[in-house]
Amino acid sequence: MLILTCPCCGIAADETELSPGGEAHLTRHGPGSGDTDFEDYLFNRENARGVHFERWRHAHGCGKWFLAARDTVTMQVFGTYPAQTTEPPQEIRDRITKARPGWRWRDFGAAE
Amino acid sequence: MQRYSVFAIAREAARHHTGWQRAWRDAAPKSRYDVVIVGAGGHGLATAFYLGRNFGITNVAVIDKGWLGGGNTGRNTTIIRSNYLQDSSAAIYERSRDLYETLSHELNYNVMFSPRGVMMLAQTEHELRGYQRTAHANALQGVETEIIGPERVKQLCPIMNIDGPRYPVLGALWQPRAGTARHDAVAWGYARACSDMGMDIIQNCEVTGIRSEGGRVSGVSTTKGEIACDKLGMVVAGHSGVLAEMAGFRLPIESVALQALVSEPIKPCMDVVVMANTVHGYLSQSDKGEMVIGGGTDGFVNYTQRGSFHHVEETVRALVETFPMLSRLKMLRQWGGIVDITGDRSPVLSKTPLEGCFINAGWGTGGFKAIPGSGWGFAELMARGHSPLCDEFGLERFREGRFIDESVAAGVAH
Ligand SMILES: Cc1cc2nc3c(=O)[nH]c(=O)nc-3n(C[C@H](O)[C@H](O)[C@H](O)COP(=O)(O)OP(=O)(O)OC[C@H]3O[C@@H](n4cnc5c(N)ncnc54)[C@H](O)[C@@H]3O)c2cc1C
Ligand SMILES: [Zn+2]
Repeated sequence: MLILTCPCCGIAADETELSPGGEAHLTRHGPGSGDTDFEDYLFNRENARGVHFERWRHAHGCGKWFLAARDTVTMQVFGTYPAQTTEPPQEIRDRITKARPGWRWRDFGAAE
Repeated sequence: MQRYSVFAIAREAARHHTGWQRAWRDAAPKSRYDVVIVGAGGHGLATAFYLGRNFGITNVAVIDKGWLGGGNTGRNTTIIRSNYLQDSSAAIYERSRDLYETLSHELNYNVMFSPRGVMMLAQTEHELRGYQRTAHANALQGVETEIIGPERVKQLCPIMNIDGPRYPVLGALWQPRAGTARHDAVAWGYARACSDMGMDIIQNCEVTGIRSEGGRVSGVSTTKGEIACDKLGMVVAGHSGVLAEMAGFRLPIESVALQALVSEPIKPCMDVVVMANTVHGYLSQSDKGEMVIGGGTDGFVNYTQRGSFHHVEETVRALVETFPMLSRLKMLRQWGGIVDITGDRSPVLSKTPLEGCFINAGWGTGGFKAIPGSGWGFAELMARGHSPLCDEFGLERFREGRFIDESVAAGVAH
């Protein structure tokens, strides 16, 4: 069972206590944006086989949203962090690079 | 090809079964094909079959990283139905169901299609109204379905408790010519027929890269070397995002785990398929006597073909009210598959930004039923550049806002 530590209240919650919220760090396009931007924002997804950044809500706990970095093949959790950010913190990226050398995420171009 | 028949069985019985041939050749890749299909699941194999049968294109390879039929095609609960809401869905799913009726003859391979009838239970007023709407849509589409009342439900499926305290059965959407088929046999039957047409089925061969020249696909890199091709079909279900990344584009698809379980085998007690979408569970009895149970999906991206205990618990707990006898059964096995879910719960049968490269994906929790129809249409799309069955299912529909919304009719796994 997947266990994530909520960075808001500090509780290690298993997946029955959490609601998944989809891919994190999407660029949110609004009025005036083109069709392609909306397509990317609303539908196109990274769907990574490997390192994935995602939104979760501690639904049956403190109720807050947070973000998590996880491997979708091994289920290894690299860390959780507050939702109030547009990029994963350096500390989490370092942890991923250590576990998955050469790893990069297209939009960050992390370890180019 | 050695034909299978009652005479063949008698002949082989007389000579102690020493004369059976392999059903398909195990092939090593050639350096070039007219068409390469990635993914030897039902959809990939059916595509290859209809490329040969309907368009005479037989210089084809079907490549799989594992064994053929080892993906979702070998992991599903085999429900076949066509009672969808939208016209374009009805067209492709009904074509598919119709092809299933004669598939065993067409392939000379018994796929055990069993049109035993599928009922989708209405256990809330809202659901009943939804199914009434679907039944009207089906009448206009020429898909034979009807709304039946609780007494008829009980008559068709006596093991059901129709007046449960929480979710009483208010009626059902009944499709009498829907049913099940043997999932492996569908893959094996198509594979045998493809091999017989001279196509190569290459197993244990993973595609690791897609090559292109001037915006046009030119071949694939695999663990068994480079293979050149004129046209490429990606038919890899849950791994579509991985292949798309190799080709340089993104998809409106997320891959999640869907799981199923079976009970110990018991005597025949249920000769229809029942889907109970409100409680997220569905049930049928296999020919071996096992109760085959399917549940809901995980809500997060997942490539582990496992599933999770709490989903099993949820599914079984929900079904027990409607099927009290289930509470006495031991469950034998549980497994998971990685299903490819799109934004509108409808598949993608489409050209891609890379010329010559086509994609057939997004069948999600319900693509077993669609294998023959999808293969038929996708082969036409690959051979001719368009197909009446597929044209509405292009990738551009997400940009254009032309959804084929089946999330209402198919809110649950199926
Ligand atoms: C538990 C469960 C229950 C289901 N129940 C039903 C049901 O009752 N009715 C129904 O209609 N549908 C059902 N489905 C859905 C159905 O199984 C799928 O939609 C369908 O089988 C998809 O077939 P496919 O050929 O597209 O994919 P698959 O059968 O998954 O084939 C894809 C193939 O691609 C191969 N592949 C992947 N990546 C590569 C690569 N890089 N190189 C080479 N090969 C690769 C894989 O090894 C695999 O064999 C269910 C699914 C699951 C998991
Ligand atoms: Zn919390």
